[in-house]
Amino acid sequence: MAKKEYSYFPGCSSVRSASASNYMVSVNTMCEKLEIALNEIPDWNCCGASIGYAEGGELPRHVLNARNIALSGKHNPGQDIVATCAACWLGTRETQERLNEDPDMLTDTRTVLQEGNLQDYYSQNIPVRHMVEVMIEDIGYEGLAKPVVKPLKGIKFAGYVGCQTNRPFGIDGESFENPRYLDKMVEIVGGEAITDYEKKVTCCGGALAFSEPEKSQKQIHDIVEAAYDQGADMIVTPCPVCQMNVEVYQGQINKRYGTNFSMPVTYYSQILAVAYGSTGKEAGLKGNIIRAKALEKIANK
Amino acid sequence: MTEPKLGAYICKGCGISERLNCDQLAQVASSEGKAAVVRQHPFLCSAAGVEMIRSDMAGQGINQVVIAACSRRAKTEAFAFDTVTTSRANLREGVIWIRPDHEDNQETTQEMAADYVRMACAEVQQMRQPGGNTETGVNKQILVVGGGISGLTAALESAAAGYHVLLVEKSAALGGWASKLYRSIPTREPYADPQDTGVELLIHRVQTDPQITVYLNSYCNRTSGAPGQFSIDISTESGATHTVNAGAIIQASGFTRYDASQLPELGYGQSPDIIDQAELERLASAAGTEGSIVRPSDQAEVKAVVFVQCAGQRSNQPGHLPYCSGFCCNAAIKQAMYFKDNNPSVDTVILYTDLRTPGNGEDFYRSAQRKGITFSKGKVTSVVPGKQGAEVFFDDLILDTQTSIQADLVVLATGQIANAGIDVEHVTSAEEPTDKTAISVLNLSYRQGPDVPQLKHGFADSHFICFPYETRRTGIYACGPVRRPMDMAQARIDATGAALKAIQAVENAVLGRAAHPRSGDLSFPSFRKEGCTQCKRCTVECPFGAIDEDENRYPLFNESRCRRCGTCMGACPVRVISFQNYSVDTVGQQIKHVEIPDEMDEKPRILILACENDAYPALDMAAHNRLSYSAWVRVIPVRCLGSVNTIWITDALNSGYDGIMLLGCKKGDNYQCHFVKGSEVAHDRMSKISDTLEQLQLEKERVAIHEVEITDIQRLPALINDYADVIEKIGMNPFKGF
Amino acid sequence: MEKSASKQPPPTTTAEKYRNNFLREVEDNVEEGEWVKMCIQCGVCSGSCPLGSAWEHPPQELFMMIRAGQREQVLRSDSMWMCTSCYNCIVRCPRQLPITHIMHGLANYAHRLGIAPAQNPTRRFAKIFWDNIAHSGRVNELLLSIKLYFMNGFGEGIRMAYHMAGMGFAMFKTGRLDPFGLFMHKGIDNAKELQTMLTKAREIEDRRRGLGLGVAVKAD
Ligand code: SF4
Ligand code: SF4
Ligand code: SF4
Repeated sequence: MAKKEYSYFPGCSSVRSASASNYMVSVNTMCEKLEIALNEIPDWNCCGASIGYAEGGELPRHVLNARNIALSGKHNPGQDIVATCAACWLGTRETQERLNEDPDMLTDTRTVLQEGNLQDYYSQNIPVRHMVEVMIEDIGYEGLAKPVVKPLKGIKFAGYVGCQTNRPFGIDGESFENPRYLDKMVEIVGGEAITDYEKKVTCCGGALAFSEPEKSQKQIHDIVEAAYDQGADMIVTPCPVCQMNVEVYQGQINKRYGTNFSMPVTYYSQILAVAYGSTGKEAGLKGNIIRAKALEKIANK
Repeated sequence: MTEPKLGAYICKGCGISERLNCDQLAQVASSEGKAAVVRQHPFLCSAAGVEMIRSDMAGQGINQVVIAACSRRAKTEAFAFDTVTTSRANLREGVIWIRPDHEDNQETTQEMAADYVRMACAEVQQMRQPGGNTETGVNKQILVVGGGISGLTAALESAAAGYHVLLVEKSAALGGWASKLYRSIPTREPYADPQDTGVELLIHRVQTDPQITVYLNSYCNRTSGAPGQFSIDISTESGATHTVNAGAIIQASGFTRYDASQLPELGYGQSPDIIDQAELERLASAAGTEGSIVRPSDQAEVKAVVFVQCAGQRSNQPGHLPYCSGFCCNAAIKQAMYFKDNNPSVDTVILYTDLRTPGNGEDFYRSAQRKGITFSKGKVTSVVPGKQGAEVFFDDLILDTQTSIQADLVVLATGQIANAGIDVEHVTSAEEPTDKTAISVLNLSYRQGPDVPQLKHGFADSHFICFPYETRRTGIYACGPVRRPMDMAQARIDATGAALKAIQAVENAVLGRAAHPRSGDLSFPSFRKEGCTQCKRCTVECPFGAIDEDENRYPLFNESRCRRCGTCMGACPVRVISFQNYSVDTVGQQIKHVEIPDEMDEKPRILILACENDAYPALDMAAHNRLSYSAWVRVIPVRCLGSVNTIWITDALNSGYDGIMLLGCKKGDNYQCHFVKGSEVAHDRMSKISDTLEQLQLEKERVAIHEVEITDIQRLPALINDYADVIEKIGMNPFKGF
Repeated sequence: MEKSASKQPPPTTTAEKYRNNFLREVEDNVEEGEWVKMCIQCGVCSGSCPLGSAWEHPPQELFMMIRAGQREQVLRSDSMWMCTSCYNCIVRCPRQLPITHIMHGLANYAHRLGIAPAQNPTRRFAKIFWDNIAHSGRVNELLLSIKLYFMNGFGEGIRMAYHMAGMGFAMFKTGRLDPFGLFMHKGIDNAKELQTMLTKAREIEDRRRGLGLGVAVKAD
């Protein structure tokens, strides 16, 4: 079978030595096993993230994303854009929708893109997709199950979908209030999914984890607490912002709330990579601050 | 009359023979049920099974048939024999499906089945084949009262179906309120702009329809008779009267607008610039498509208009209307568009507490928002008139402040008051109605009063959920704002529905059959004058005003007005009222033929009288879901709880039943009773039964009455089982064996 | 919060309230602002917002305030700065208002007018963030965090850095933070080109909104 090729937009957190570098590592491993070829968009830039709006306004924000779309068209023509970060995916897709709706904005964007001679490469209809979509729609659950060699027997996962992978676009066929694909993935790799995990789609505070730590940590506290209450061994998520927020603040939350949290937070790509027989290193497990020991054990078997 | 000859047919299909000893049942039918012929069949509702029964009817002279198979609500077409009386023993839904299949239950389940066979045999022997009412009229004309949107529509729809229509309108012109509107709320895609009312076209069609005769400046001076044979005196203003006949009547008498001068706090009457919605229509019509709407005080163009919703409505203050008139939010949106469409810079603010936009009003609302009409959630506290315009003070319910807006024109959304005539249930004497201002619409010559009964807030009573156009006077159908507040679009739908009901009524009446809800029923009440004590209970309790009084003060049945509920039968203390196929005896004999075990057997017997409209179907559905209930119960369906005569209760207690449950529909203002008052009178009667229980020295728990809904599929078995527990707790009826 | 109360212009007179002026301003200048009039005040957005309780004026109320012409109260509010961009409100709003974007748009507009609450941490963070990416084309997480820690002054910054040190060290240890990123952060190759693009985009946008050269739109 020929490899499926995609134009890859990793995003700022998914580069070496950045906050989601372990996500990047595990995605690469997983894609290899699934015969997915990721062609990184050369010289891609930041999507503006969910906080860019305040200083960036509208057009500059759209220009950021339009530039990436144009670069993709230029260097990886005909390939769907795939992002692994929820915010990157959301921002790029939002820009494309907005420019499709607003001809003035589109003209302005094209004008600006002239600065890099990119105006003709901007495409109004190149699909902008999340890695999860590629997996579900192009590979399919059956396809995802095929490479499993080490089922994750006995591990209970709280599938934390969070916000931006889920809203406003979400994954086709899933509901906003109770998306199920993450649970299905967990089940495919032989883990136990807590399908009624209460905080499945609760906001972790996003970018406000920096600026409004108290309020955000209340959110994170509830997310972790619910995972404990419902008997989870670890949390699994598709979003690097979620992963980072929910994992790294547990120490501060313990101080603030007098709790004793130490709940590993993994990526779907990590659990798939391990189930597909990768080593802990290949699955980026070393990158988890709170070590996912149960997963490491299986990986090292 | 030919000799009665009973044939009992036991079906072995649907698992009946696996669960029950059918030979034993056959034995019961022949020895106790006195069946001349008893047959078992593996598949009774099949062509072969039915043929077997028919050949017995032909060859053996069987004229009473007992079908011991499934519920009487199943296979009705297969077992429809119109020349013989038929009774059904419900072995499937009534026995095997509601009893768990377990060895321990075998005995009690079989006993249940045997009792149902006994009961069916006993019942059929009391039944006579109904022949239909012979006192029928043959008039199929339809009289429509009211020439507004509802009346015009009802007339046109009836005429279109081929019926001649007599349309009576009290004013000098057709069109009603609709003809006073500038535009109406939209009824077509995209529901974005006001549209033409369309009333001119309706009027034109009515005036040119050869099937419709219009009487203007006229009213119904006297209405008597019954479906198929109404007689109406139509009087004109000038005093001339002539009598016409009709088969059914559609009452489309509409509404009167609430008198806004009862709202001094809202400034009405204190400034010409504070008006109600009807007055704005006049201003808008005057302005037309070219000009701008001007304020009455100085004829200056209106630059800011405020609409005050729920003016004197949805309020418990004395003099206010407690209900929502339903049309006025959409109307305010429409009226705000009169301004905006003409001049987008006019400020239009709608102050509401809850915006209610029925129909496709949500799209209309959205369109208004797009046009820049401002909607503010606020409760208006007062409107203070200025030299010109007025200031509207209100509590902003979102921003939680008290504030005000200046307006050139203030429009109050006042409500609709039904023109339902005189409230007959509050008439103390015929000469002295409680509401002295009310004018009768129909002037019925009925013993029960001159108009159709009302339910709440002065609207004509009609069965809200199931039969919205049925009034409590058979053959008279209410539609439009006389039965509940509504807008024009709804009124047109309503009128169409009422026209269909009127047509159904005349067609049934001509054939001597019942109207809705026992549509097509050929039975009717007959009454044995000799026994009657002239107590008048039947005339009072009949929910449909079917029973008048004759010269000698005996009840005078108008069979054509009767809906066949049997409430009169339940009311009669001397039991002289009966139907051919449903009587004190058809039920009484069933009760008597249940085998009551000895006190020592510890097997209580509970009689359930279940309304056939909702309770009995709910029991059937519980059976379909294989829910189970106690084996102690024996269920008898009744036409309506209203038909339950207390003699059944006392007889049952005397013969040793341990408990009696009555299951009927919801009563009260939100009734679901198919006969409106049946469940209510039953509750009334049962509240008095405690005296009887006391006399018999029995616990009051021995008689229980419940309101159930057709959806109570889970609740009903639980209710029954709980009751069985109660009975087991209080112990056996001491009257057993006497 | 009402530190700047003295600077507020006199409240609009009652007679002028509800005259749509501010609404029009929002429609013309705020991202997706033309949707504000479509709100039906159901409150679903406010009830769906994760930090809802921290908002002085939740979205529903902001929309009503805009319609009521409460320009100052809206633009000086720190409420919309509480938006976490979770999009919960958007997917639930029965009228499909792009609420999240309107919140962003209001924040951006107030910020560009220079009347957004100066001390609001999200506002300051957002500015640092944008400058960070606009400069090199990609986020330099370390630089971002350091700037962030010191945004409240040096002393506070040291305290913050100390507070966060454990976290940073853990990130470093797991290979998720590059301590040399301060000097070595690569950014994109065509950072200059991107900067030109962003400047130009800003110019066009300001022109369209009549905002150019930092001159604020005059209050009504
Ligand atoms: S009570 Fe019922 S059955 Fe009796 S006359 Fe009235 S409608 Fe007919
Ligand atoms: S997107 Fe913003 S405004 Fe909307 S619910 Fe989330 S945080 Fe609140
Ligand atoms: S959910 Fe939508 S319609 Fe409801 S208050 Fe919020 S913005 Fe308005």
